[in-house]
Amino acid sequence: MKAIVANNTYKVFGKRPELGVARLREGATREELRKEGITAAVIDASFEVDEGEIFVVMGLSGSGKSTLIRMVNGLWEPTAGELRLYGDDIVTMNAQQLRQTRREKVSMVFQHFALLPHSTVGENAAYGLMIRGIDKDERERKAKEALRLVGLKGWEDSFPGQLSGGMRQRVGLARALAAGTNIMLMDEAFSALDPLIKREMQDQLVELQNKLGKTILFITHDLNEAMRLGDHIAMMRDGRIVQIGTAQQILNNPANDFVAQFVLDVDRSRVLTAGAVMAPPVALVGSDQGPLAVHKLMREHQTSRLFVVDRDNRLRGAVDEEAVVAAATAGAQTLDGIVDDKVVSVPESAPLTNLLPLSAANPKALAVVDKDKRVRGVLARVTVLQALAQRMTNTQTDADGSAQPVPADTVDAALTKGGAR
Amino acid sequence: MTLPMDAGIPKIEIGKWISSFFDWLTTNLSGFFDAVSSIVGGAVDGIIWLLQAPNPILLAVLFALIGLVVKGWRFALGSLLGLLLIISMDQWDAAMQTLALVVVSTVVAIIIAIPLGILAARKRAASAALRPIMDLMQTMPAFVWLVPVVTLFGIGVVPGVIATIIFALPPGVRLTELGIRNVDHEIVEAANAFGATPRQTLFGVQLPLALPTIMAGVNQVLMLSLSMAVVAGLVGAEGLGGQVTSAIATLDLGLGFEAGISVVILAIFLDRLTAAIGQGKARHGLLRYLPRKRREEAAEEQPAADEVVEDIPVEESPETLDSVARIHS
Repeated sequence: MKAIVANNTYKVFGKRPELGVARLREGATREELRKEGITAAVIDASFEVDEGEIFVVMGLSGSGKSTLIRMVNGLWEPTAGELRLYGDDIVTMNAQQLRQTRREKVSMVFQHFALLPHSTVGENAAYGLMIRGIDKDERERKAKEALRLVGLKGWEDSFPGQLSGGMRQRVGLARALAAGTNIMLMDEAFSALDPLIKREMQDQLVELQNKLGKTILFITHDLNEAMRLGDHIAMMRDGRIVQIGTAQQILNNPANDFVAQFVLDVDRSRVLTAGAVMAPPVALVGSDQGPLAVHKLMREHQTSRLFVVDRDNRLRGAVDEEAVVAAATAGAQTLDGIVDDKVVSVPESAPLTNLLPLSAANPKALAVVDKDKRVRGVLARVTVLQALAQRMTNTQTDADGSAQPVPADTVDAALTKGGAR
Repeated sequence: MTLPMDAGIPKIEIGKWISSFFDWLTTNLSGFFDAVSSIVGGAVDGIIWLLQAPNPILLAVLFALIGLVVKGWRFALGSLLGLLLIISMDQWDAAMQTLALVVVSTVVAIIIAIPLGILAARKRAASAALRPIMDLMQTMPAFVWLVPVVTLFGIGVVPGVIATIIFALPPGVRLTELGIRNVDHEIVEAANAFGATPRQTLFGVQLPLALPTIMAGVNQVLMLSLSMAVVAGLVGAEGLGGQVTSAIATLDLGLGFEAGISVVILAIFLDRLTAAIGQGKARHGLLRYLPRKRREEAAEEQPAADEVVEDIPVEESPETLDSVARIHS
């Protein structure tokens, strides 16, 4: 079952919100309504969040993203449409049911932390449990565990005022974790932090999410953050969701000019992964094949280097044309002794920015492997560069290495520069 | 010949209506007013008895000790000297009568003001309805309140207390409302987001965070009570106000100043005392030796936030390293 489902949800502020919804359905624009004193914060929003994913809603201020997240836990009641948490519609709940849902299903992390200044870190982390009337021993135990998870072990008795911004937000995160809900709403949770701390918190969030499998709805105005965190990203503008997709879908196929403008500023090297830009291996050599057969393969595919794999497609190394020819001339029956086992392999999930130094240090192509070390693709230097180059040209050429070759020393120069960053 | 006649506007008999309204109150609700009168009178008399029972010097020392506990030795010393001065001016009994009146008025005013302030903070309509009433209570010349309370309660200390409550109430309501409204919106939202009931939000978040402002309101109520308690001398309330009234009647300059200086000393003592409590400065006094305060101070000795190392090691388990690799660069 989907964790969160929104179906044609509206939130309209003003004296006659229902009228506003009717007008919007007839095609009135947000500006027309504003002249009449009606503010359409969220217009016809539909999206689905799978259990255990990070779903990012990205938009500038005034795009309605904060209103959207507040509808999910009923802080704002939707004016029209449905909003279901695990199938239960928030819209039809009474105050008591809403409180119950908030206590058991959905917790929230706030931009400015929203900690109680007169309570200790431990008491803050236990807040959600205290509200539910859970006894002191148990809530202290759970709060302690949550604080340990976010790296604040031993800070239970401090007060929020004694902590730095990053640490305070860890307390906010611990409070949401301690509540034990499956869904966590994060409203610009890292926007108030300075860049280094922000990065650290993002890493930690993904790590926690992998460990705990929470469903996270994350709001941000920072597209780089959205791309780093989001399994899916919804782009919002003027109250409407204009595109939903994975980071790479949004990067490569922006739905309209608005999204495209945003994407221009994204650091592609951090978003694109080895798996997304690699070329499929033209051919793989079994470790039991002989030099003659391998040489034939090389000629067929016009390549001077092939990866060697075992029976399960696991990477064993690579062979170069010169060595193969020498072995064949010497009459060798196997590839023993000529397999270069120093091939650099990278995981599919590695971002390009990590590959630049590797590419620079290794003139030969990198192997892309999955977590069982099976070969999934090849990354030539040219491929890496072309994937990055799309930022400058914003063209839609495929990053599969089929484009015109680039002179080797140009590649070398560029990569050395990139790797030295 | 009156101006309204000349202007062609009939005279609106507000004065007459109000007097007949009060006449009606006195004839029909005299039982109620008698009951209020005996409760308030009893409370004031009880406190006066309590304050006058011990030796004045002993009590002055006790007040100074309270000052020492909540604020510090300088304040305690100043208070002691001031209170001894009141004793030496032979104004102690009057001062204690005034203090009793102030204490009763303030307590009643706060008991009424804080719930009203909470109501006003939560309901826009209540706020809108209360505002003009508060304006009326606060800006109506203080003497005017003495007339109706005398018609209802006769003369003596009770009308003094009632008039004082009316006059001193508004800042208590206003600052309570302001304090609650100014509580960080996000923290209230957080309480709601974790499923707090309105009551849990009020007592767990709004009131504690509004406390400094509410205490400023209490302080204001106290100060206004003291100023009104002197005016209440006009309707027969005993105490420093009574002394001032008789000084005016007999043109006794010396007595007037002696009573006046006593009021000032009392005012400063009460103001600094409640301000210290309200601003949480209590730990500068002897209170810092209490266990809880010691814990807070120990915590304060830890490195300031800016010096705190930001990259706290996070326990990494092997199964999460992949995710780190995915986004780490």
